[in-house]
Amino acid sequence: MAVAARTRSTLAATGRAAADPGIEAPWFARIPTGVWLVGAVLLTMPAYANNFVLFQVFGWSFILGIIALSLMFLAGYGGMVSLIQMTVAGLAGYMVAILGPSGTEQISLGLSWWIYLPVALAVATLFGTLVGTLAVRTEGIYTIMITLAIASAFFYFTRQNYTIFNGYNGFTLVRPPDLFGVDWRQPVPFYYLSLACAALCYAAVVYVARAPFGLALQGIRDNARRMAALGYNVTAHRILAYGFASVLAAVGGVLLVWQNGQIAPGTAGIPAVIDILVIAVVGGLRRPIGPFIGALIYVVLSSFAPDILTAFGLEPDRFKLIVGLGFLAAVFFSPDGVLGLWDRWQARRARRPDPLTGKVP
Amino acid sequence: MSVLDSPAPSSRLASVGATAALELRGVTRMFGALAAIADVSLTVRPGERRAVLGSNGAGKTTLFNCITGDILPTSGTVRLFGEDVTRFPPYERIRRGLRRTYQISLLFPGLSVADSVYLACRGVSRWRYSLLRPRTGDPLLMRTAELIEAVHLTPARDRLVSELSYGQQRQLEIALALAGAPRLILFDEPAAGLSPAERRELVEILTTLPRHIGFVIIEHDMDVALRVAESVTMLHNGRVFKEGAPDEIEDDPEVQALYLGGAHG
Ligand SMILES: Nc1ncnc2c1ncn2[C@@H]1O[C@H](COP(=O)(O)OP(=O)(O)O)[C@@H](O)[C@H]1O
Ligand SMILES: [Mg+2]
Repeated sequence: MAVAARTRSTLAATGRAAADPGIEAPWFARIPTGVWLVGAVLLTMPAYANNFVLFQVFGWSFILGIIALSLMFLAGYGGMVSLIQMTVAGLAGYMVAILGPSGTEQISLGLSWWIYLPVALAVATLFGTLVGTLAVRTEGIYTIMITLAIASAFFYFTRQNYTIFNGYNGFTLVRPPDLFGVDWRQPVPFYYLSLACAALCYAAVVYVARAPFGLALQGIRDNARRMAALGYNVTAHRILAYGFASVLAAVGGVLLVWQNGQIAPGTAGIPAVIDILVIAVVGGLRRPIGPFIGALIYVVLSSFAPDILTAFGLEPDRFKLIVGLGFLAAVFFSPDGVLGLWDRWQARRARRPDPLTGKVP
Repeated sequence: MSVLDSPAPSSRLASVGATAALELRGVTRMFGALAAIADVSLTVRPGERRAVLGSNGAGKTTLFNCITGDILPTSGTVRLFGEDVTRFPPYERIRRGLRRTYQISLLFPGLSVADSVYLACRGVSRWRYSLLRPRTGDPLLMRTAELIEAVHLTPARDRLVSELSYGQQRQLEIALALAGAPRLILFDEPAAGLSPAERRELVEILTTLPRHIGFVIIEHDMDVALRVAESVTMLHNGRVFKEGAPDEIEDDPEVQALYLGGAHG
């Protein structure tokens, strides 16, 4: 119920403000203290974190968070569990490597960033939207299956195609452009670049969720037939939602190829596709912050668990086992992920009797 | 209830002799071997208020589903405001001024009352998929507030639909059907399960609708049906059994035999 309380309309608030002009606080005053705090910590992070934490832990978390956010948007607001988001990201990354400069000079065209960047985003978005066009005609498990099938087809295609995707080897030495004379692959600049993109994507989802586009999507999730009886073309709207989510995934994909410096079929392989689902579910699909929490947990586990496992004399790549167990635990104990746990804890705290009056609020 | 007058569609000027708001010709819908409705022909003039009576399973809801496109008829044609919409998807018919409520509330449990009504207003406006939030003073927000007021839900406007009482959900159903500029509304048993007080509110809402809005109402409660309707269609086993003015139908011996003879569900 605590979750329910949070999802209440802001539209209603806007409506009241309409009747009562001048009462509404400016937008920055309505941002909760917690958000200011997290923002301040993230902005000053380079002052106290080392390069590994900045580049590997946070940089990677932001990227995976953005890609998982695109899944959260479709699943949480649209009720569509799409496994194509990692592939959309992968395609954007490939387009950057193919159109821009890379170490694989026989294929890469070496175009400048202001050409390859928009084209990469557009191609990946178009691809994601096309997959959506197929997927929206299915429901539930079939959506998962059709998107997974296309994702694995993409993986095998990139592995076998040498003329465009350079097959098994993929592309190496993919670097971000030296915009404003900054080397964006240095830990601090990259940290701020990925932070800015993550914040933008997050803000976009929060904003759109309360705009007609997002509201209608939630209406379709709750009751598609009723939405049709209100004048909405449900199929078209679902496809548009795939388009919007694809833009987010594509942004994540561009950052991913810049961070890794390379891209190969495995970037968007089946394990990576499943990881995005796990991240979104473990973090929580109800609110856009969930995927980022999930991504941070995933990255911390995959960065540090191997060391801990080795210390206990176990194989380092067993960390996937820990992630898998975490996924199981989330699905069993808190279907709303870590966010769900947090909400329940808040609800319990709210129900605690007042120490002075003994009354339960 | 004067708020419901605006925005006034041009059909307000429609008078006798103008194109029918709704015209069914030989509409049949089969479920397997069962004809839920069989060869139904029906004409509703613009602004006309019609009651559809019939026992349980007579095919009343199926008739509505065929009109809105929730299901397609097996044969026959459906014309709305002069246009053949038989094969149109529901949203295309809604955009032409048709609305409906559902016998069993079909609402959005995860949305608030205000959001639901706003979506209903937005669904028939331009830019229904806008990425921009409505600004303060957006006319559709004003309209949302008016509609919520019209169905007496203002105190519950920020509540989630899943938290509403049964009666409130029925009222919200009606608000959703009144949104936009409806020209013809189909009410599927709106009074079912309501308390006497809630019924009176419903009758008040229906009788104070602007005259240019026609409606077809399925209602078991004869009192409600005959108070709001100017004409009655009686369905029996999927066929039109009788058509006429309310008092004719009420006094008809055949109808009485059917209705009072225990077939009334
Ligand atoms: N989707 C359906 N599938 C199969 N049979 C149906 C379906 N909808 C309605 N029916 C059947 O059609 C007949 C008419 O139903 P309905 O239109 O709901 O009646 P009413 O609304 O008058 O009570 C009933 O016998 C019902 O069982
Ligand atoms: Mg019925």
